[in-house]
Amino acid sequence: MHFFSQVLHWFLNGDHWRGIDGVPHRLFEHMSMSAEAALTAAAIALPIGIGLGHAGRGGVLAANLTNVGRAIPSFALLVIMLQLVGIGAWPTYVVLVVLAIPPIVTNAYAGMRGVDRELVDAARGMGMTGGQTLWQVEFPVALPLVMAGVRTATVQVVATASLGALVAWGGLGRYIVNGIASRDNVEVFAGALLVAIVSIATEIGFAAFQRLMTPKPLRNRHESTKNVAFAGLAEAADPV
Amino acid sequence: MLAANGPKSWIWWHWVRTHEARIWQLTRQHIELTMIAVVIGLAISFPLALLARRWRWLESPIVGVTGALYTIPSLAAIGLLLPLTGLSRTTAEIVLVSYTLLILVRNIVAGLDSVPPDVRDAARGMGFSPARMLVRIELPLALPAIVAGLRIATVTTIGLVTITALLGPAGGGLGQLIYDGLLRDFRTPLVVGSVLSVVLAVLADLGLVGLQRLATPWANRRPG
Repeated sequence: MHFFSQVLHWFLNGDHWRGIDGVPHRLFEHMSMSAEAALTAAAIALPIGIGLGHAGRGGVLAANLTNVGRAIPSFALLVIMLQLVGIGAWPTYVVLVVLAIPPIVTNAYAGMRGVDRELVDAARGMGMTGGQTLWQVEFPVALPLVMAGVRTATVQVVATASLGALVAWGGLGRYIVNGIASRDNVEVFAGALLVAIVSIATEIGFAAFQRLMTPKPLRNRHESTKNVAFAGLAEAADPV
Repeated sequence: MLAANGPKSWIWWHWVRTHEARIWQLTRQHIELTMIAVVIGLAISFPLALLARRWRWLESPIVGVTGALYTIPSLAAIGLLLPLTGLSRTTAEIVLVSYTLLILVRNIVAGLDSVPPDVRDAARGMGFSPARMLVRIELPLALPAIVAGLRIATVTTIGLVTITALLGPAGGGLGQLIYDGLLRDFRTPLVVGSVLSVVLAVLADLGLVGLQRLATPWANRRPG
């Protein structure tokens, strides 16, 4: 019990809420880095996944990208990137982007390939061009899976951002790494709680958002849209 | 290139040769940490999957809890356990096991669900008891999906083992080399640890595919 009251006091201590090492600043660092990395990854991966899916090419690449990403430890990638680009925010940013690309490509590809061929044929028969078919028929139908990939990737980015502290970057992982270094279990535990809460909140927030964006009649209809928290994780996301 | 090989190179062969024993020892530790985690993960997931299938309402809470464990980053999981289990192998294994559960439970349930109802009916008609049907009929047919989950869980665990290097000599396996490389700004152990970790993941994946081929000879037959 004594330990938990110490953790409580850590959170009540005003010093931990001020300045560069305060929770608000570390949280801001964590979330802005995650948002930038997720947006960059989406900007790179969505055109690739949607393009390949529309053209029906590169299926082997799209499907296996996630498996390849899984075999490379994010910790190893971070330290290698530190050696390549030097100290600062860059190694963390680059690794987050690299790790977020595979789930987005794989899901966008699967979403586009999953569109009923009869729908596409009907659109063509009505005289739609390739571009019109893509944006007015295939993309809207594929959207739930495309979004599932973005969500998976974002949750993974928020989780992996905590490892940035290992390569001298900030974010919420800072408290855990500092605490382990100075053998301060209270700081470690407080930091771990913050990282865990932020990661789970991101997953639940995205699930709620996705559910909100799905038209009511379609909710719960497709097993694959997975707009329930945690339900889709095991297929595409990797723990970090 | 080779002539200039030295401590500043990405791989300094002299270091590799003089540290062979340590590299092998850490590789063995990496394999041990992974195997223990996957076996315990399987031992926990199996009953959970059977419960979720027997009582369908249990599926959401089981997926919810294992999903929450899956979402907690390993660094945070280590931090949450440290006050309780300290810098120990136990901490490493709890963290590793917690990431296998969601993958394994989902794949076991999906595998058992994929058994065609007529096959089940036929078995029941032949007088199979539920337990015998599970072992003789359902599990063999569910094996491909279960092995698919096992492959993901194993490859994932091999990657995650590296982070448990934060726990000191009790954890990490090849991650200790990566951590050494980080702390000493020394590329050779970093490269050796990273490359061997990826090699282990690929070998484990291929090995599991091979095992599955052996265990389900009927699945390899080409139709027609």
